[in-house]
Amino acid sequence: MTARATAAFFGLAVAALTLGSAALTAGHATDWSLGPADGAALRFTLWQAGLSALISCLLAIPLARALARRRFAGRALLIRLLAAPFLLPVVVAVLGLLAVFGRAGPVNAALTGLCLPPLSIFGLHGVVLAHVFLNLPLATRMILQSWQSIPAERFRLAEALGMPPGAQFRHLELPMLRGVLPGAMATVFLLCLTSFAVALTLGGGPRASTIELSIYQALRFEFDLGRAALLATMQFALCAAVTLATLRLTTGAVFGPGLGRGLEIPRPGGWRCGLDAVALGLACAFLLGPLIAITARGLPALTEMPPGVWPALARSVAVAIGSALLAATVGLCLALSVARGQTWLEVTAMLPLSASGLVIGTGLFLAVHPAIKPETLALPVTLAVNAAMALPYLFRLLLPETRTLLADYGRLSDSLGLSGLNRLRLVALPRLARPLGFGTGLAAALSMGDLGVIALFAGERTETLPLLIQHLMGAYRMEAAAGAALVLVAASLALFWAFDRWGAKHAAA
Amino acid sequence: MLRLEHLEVHQERFHLTADWTVPKGAKVAVIGPSGAGKSTLLMALAGFVPHNGRVTWDGQDLATLAPGDRPLSILFQDQNLFPHLSLAQNLGLGISPRLQLSASDHARIEQTLDRVGLSGMGGRKPSQLSGGQIGRAALARALLRARPILLLDEPFAALGPALKAEMLDLVTEAANETGATVLMVTHDPADARRFAEVTVLVANGVAAAPQPTTDLFTNPPAVLREYLGT
Repeated sequence: MTARATAAFFGLAVAALTLGSAALTAGHATDWSLGPADGAALRFTLWQAGLSALISCLLAIPLARALARRRFAGRALLIRLLAAPFLLPVVVAVLGLLAVFGRAGPVNAALTGLCLPPLSIFGLHGVVLAHVFLNLPLATRMILQSWQSIPAERFRLAEALGMPPGAQFRHLELPMLRGVLPGAMATVFLLCLTSFAVALTLGGGPRASTIELSIYQALRFEFDLGRAALLATMQFALCAAVTLATLRLTTGAVFGPGLGRGLEIPRPGGWRCGLDAVALGLACAFLLGPLIAITARGLPALTEMPPGVWPALARSVAVAIGSALLAATVGLCLALSVARGQTWLEVTAMLPLSASGLVIGTGLFLAVHPAIKPETLALPVTLAVNAAMALPYLFRLLLPETRTLLADYGRLSDSLGLSGLNRLRLVALPRLARPLGFGTGLAAALSMGDLGVIALFAGERTETLPLLIQHLMGAYRMEAAAGAALVLVAASLALFWAFDRWGAKHAAA
Repeated sequence: MLRLEHLEVHQERFHLTADWTVPKGAKVAVIGPSGAGKSTLLMALAGFVPHNGRVTWDGQDLATLAPGDRPLSILFQDQNLFPHLSLAQNLGLGISPRLQLSASDHARIEQTLDRVGLSGMGGRKPSQLSGGQIGRAALARALLRARPILLLDEPFAALGPALKAEMLDLVTEAANETGATVLMVTHDPADARRFAEVTVLVANGVAAAPQPTTDLFTNPPAVLREYLGT
């Protein structure tokens, strides 16, 4: 098969998985009227996603500003840590938040000590809290990047004109924020729209059920295929609309080029310095506290792990490696083809963003039902869906690099007669090893932590580690869950690290 | 013989025509104002720019051949070596695009490195070389490919005058040895005089037929006078 044909095949496969699932679910939706529970799920989904996006982005502004204009020991490490929640399995984050904000946690103990009413971590509060915890770092990174894209020369000019900090904010920082905030909010909104594990563990009940969770309940407990199909169709339409909006809103930098000189953003002193310190301190406590709590709780439990942990870990690792390699193969193939001019494939690579894991899961469930027992397909389906979910990130990571590769070495390769697999081996793989290793590691970690489609398909013998942890939590075995969560985090980071190392090692000098 | 028959390149707000032949073994300079299409002409010959009309070598139409299969080697302005491959591997691509090299191939690579003054540097990466050494390595690979036509798209433009003269002499020597036909883009009349017996003037959308270099510069047409500032 030629490279073009392979890429087209992969593109069609991704389209079939996403659009095909959506079409299949729409075909199965027998009754098009929304019940009261469905309406409530829709409202709750939009409301929690909106609140989460708003709060994440508002809190991210002072944090990003402090990171942009202050220099302190550990700043680079902190920025690096802001990328970690992306790799952190959601179920682990939830366990950490439960340890800090739960009924017996330190926050409620303090509140009771101050004679204040306790905070409930279940329902809307908990879902929004978890989403802010997971997305505040992402929003901060997006806004920080935008802050740093303001050429330092502009700040120098503003200072030369004698603008006080307030005026600098109005003329330089406010326009920047107006440019970046809609995109950041839309991105977080989209992620919260499709988030399943948070709603599964902290939400639930008629008043705090998302569409994604309702699909799961309809399919798994009520076995109401028509209703699951209707909900999945609704979810797909919603996500597709928001994805389109997000892609339009995330624009590039709005400032002209600077000279790239090592000038720095002014650092106003006085109370503004204190404000930045408070923002940084609170953010560290909020983001690191749950991680420290889960470690403290999980370490003693490591010695007496429930017996199911190790087989579940083996299944999770196998699925993660398989889905990461699949995503990397498809992502690389699509990126190379898009860079060479097959631009229609770019849309297919981004399609999984608009189909949530459970939408695809429902489609596949309906496709095999009742011929095959879903349990027997649990792991292959999870592998494929996880690969599809990681594809947009991998693709976005690889595309600019493949474009540079083509611009720099495309003609040289052609003039020397390098083509096909030979060119892949001698030019593309060595030149792209670094982003490819990083992206594959990311895909592996995402798959390790995934608690989505597996919940729809799994039986006793096909449980992955995140699902096992969720079951332990459901049985209130919190210590065992924390121990298993530590194993999960360690395995996720180890996989990510191994792939990333591979990339760095094979990266061409 | 290299024959350009009604060659026409059309791009947005740019067009170029050429209709002439170059005898085998000739050394041709291609000169003209920047943006006139000197590089585009070479890229069309190498198969990177679509065009109308025919380009033939010894009667064979090049249109059906992929860039790597054409009877020519090209040296670009930059990016002539893969930075992740060693010098020996970069040269080896001139022998086998699959980089499957026999012991005798390695011996040939060593000899060629000696020939261009890079003895014992086969293990180095391009980043460990100077600009002049990179130019030599690229030329060495063209020698190994041993194609009858050599296209030079100002690969030595970034070098100082002395180093550039040295490289041109090396190209002349190599071309004389192998009998290769050479087309070299330059913006410097001194290069053309030093290297080429005939020169193609590219200006106003036309790549003119090659004329003897000395005639061209002793009696330059208006557009060349303007370019040279004389």
